[in-house]
Amino acid sequence: MAAATTDPPALPATRLRPPASLEQATHLARYQLREYLRSLRFLVMVGIVLAIGAILTTLVAHFRGSLATSPIAFYGSFWGGGANGVIVLSAVIFGGDAIAGEFQNKTGYFLMGLPLRRSTVYVGKFVAAFLAATAMMLLFLAILVGNGAYYFHGGLFPWQLGVAIVLAFAYLGAVLGATFLFSSLFKTSVYGFVLTLVMFLIGFTILQDLIVGLVKIQPWMIISYASSTIGSVFSPPVNWGLAATVTQERAFMGGPVVGTTYVPGIAEGLVIMLVYLVVTAIAGLWLFEREEFT
Amino acid sequence: MAPPSIETQGLTKRFGRFTALQDLSLKIEGTKCVGFLGPNGAGKTTTLKLLADMIFPTRGACWINGISVQEHRRGALTDAGVLIESPEIYPSLTPNEALEMVADLRGVPPADRRDRIRTVLGEVKMDDWANQKVGRFSKGMKQRINIAAALVHDPDVLILDEPSTGLDPRGMAEVRAIVRDLKKSRRLIFMSSHILSEVVDVCDEVALIDKGKLLFHDTLDNVTRRFAEGHGSVDVTLARPLDGGDGRAKLAALPGVSDVTDLDPKRWRLKFTGGVDGQERLLEALVALRIGVVSVAESESALEEVYLSQISRGD
Repeated sequence: MAAATTDPPALPATRLRPPASLEQATHLARYQLREYLRSLRFLVMVGIVLAIGAILTTLVAHFRGSLATSPIAFYGSFWGGGANGVIVLSAVIFGGDAIAGEFQNKTGYFLMGLPLRRSTVYVGKFVAAFLAATAMMLLFLAILVGNGAYYFHGGLFPWQLGVAIVLAFAYLGAVLGATFLFSSLFKTSVYGFVLTLVMFLIGFTILQDLIVGLVKIQPWMIISYASSTIGSVFSPPVNWGLAATVTQERAFMGGPVVGTTYVPGIAEGLVIMLVYLVVTAIAGLWLFEREEFT
Repeated sequence: MAPPSIETQGLTKRFGRFTALQDLSLKIEGTKCVGFLGPNGAGKTTTLKLLADMIFPTRGACWINGISVQEHRRGALTDAGVLIESPEIYPSLTPNEALEMVADLRGVPPADRRDRIRTVLGEVKMDDWANQKVGRFSKGMKQRINIAAALVHDPDVLILDEPSTGLDPRGMAEVRAIVRDLKKSRRLIFMSSHILSEVVDVCDEVALIDKGKLLFHDTLDNVTRRFAEGHGSVDVTLARPLDGGDGRAKLAALPGVSDVTDLDPKRWRLKFTGGVDGQERLLEALVALRIGVVSVAESESALEEVYLSQISRGD
């Protein structure tokens, strides 16, 4: 009778041993990234980023008087206006089917026969999706810098752009975390795609408005609230700490209405995004660990 | 003493109210090919998926080379090659790249990698396609790459789930030939199948499962002998056609023969009684007939009869 030991028996010295899990995740990320770079989806995403860049370039050229008055105004409107869309679409395209696709396309059956932890597969695929999405962000940034160089004769990058890029990467991590979580919920890719798109393009914004309008509290738990720091960092004065509350009185249907707007601070936004990344990654991995390849 | 290559104890798997596998205890040792036989839905793939930790047991446990699959999947699968349900490979990768990935993940030393990949691609006769994208391959070609992936680290244990299912007759024959070749190297092959001729062709032992329960596990010879209850069946091939009516009468008159079937004018199936002794007497009498006997082989129908009798007994 075989003993159900806690420690595995030592393998004979002559046998191969699989590398450490981190090294395996690196290998997996490398091959998965190669798959992304050769795929149609990569070309489609490049097309989308070029289209967004072209639209913004045309808008800035047309409204040069108001949008390109200063580097801050320019980068604020360009990066603040486009990065969010590039991030969400990249995350959906590279991460939407990352886990569900392993079941649906049966590629998971190829990997699961190997001496890998499931967490290794999850991390490897996450890193590959992050790098593919990063390539898209860098392409968008290149278009942005090209425009900036044209309007401001080279140089002069405001420090706010650097902060906004860091925030954008944190947001990418949070969106990918959520995308992987949604993808882990299903064994059919399209559900993961649709849920991520709906949530990040309209769902979280609606939730945020409902919380502010009905519950009247700061919507710190909503990712779209935190992501607004990517654009707000270009609006002086920069709030580095927690949320600023702005109470405004407006005329509405003949009478005054007092409305409250919450603007997240940079640190607050960054922390919210990182918490989203950690929580969704853990939840997604927990689901994947329990999912059966039936 | 080395632990069994594959062992399961009380392995049970339920999907909701449906019991796919019930209390399976199996111990497989040595270097041989074991056919895991059963009708569709018997629990074959469920067992193999449990062995590969793709699904989780409701009760019981399994070990590969003495290492618990459920507790140490990495260790248990280190020296096993697994092919379950015709997996798909990332379509933009070439066979070389896909096998490099497997070699990297399994820890094949870089110095040996190229040779190992070339060897296994040769074994599955895909060396001419090594640099073409897998996405363009037929199902049979993909399956051969999957077999190569299971072999790239030269495992001691090979777990194959119906490796020829879904392939055209040529693909089936090719995969079967590959498995037969793999038997030449010293390893355990545990192969599920519902194709009796495939099991007879390549396996040394057979484990029959039906409705989630193991019915028996023994060598092919023992199984056919034990369940045939003294009856045997051989296929006789002749150098020239035997005259229908007269020929049949001659064969039916041989000692111990209880039934004669003409498979074609040159091939006849004889059922006989008397076990091994009866078979010996029959062969001597056959040769003495001088009707141009060129071969006598144990009939595939022997296992078929056992299979049908055992499966129908479970109904």
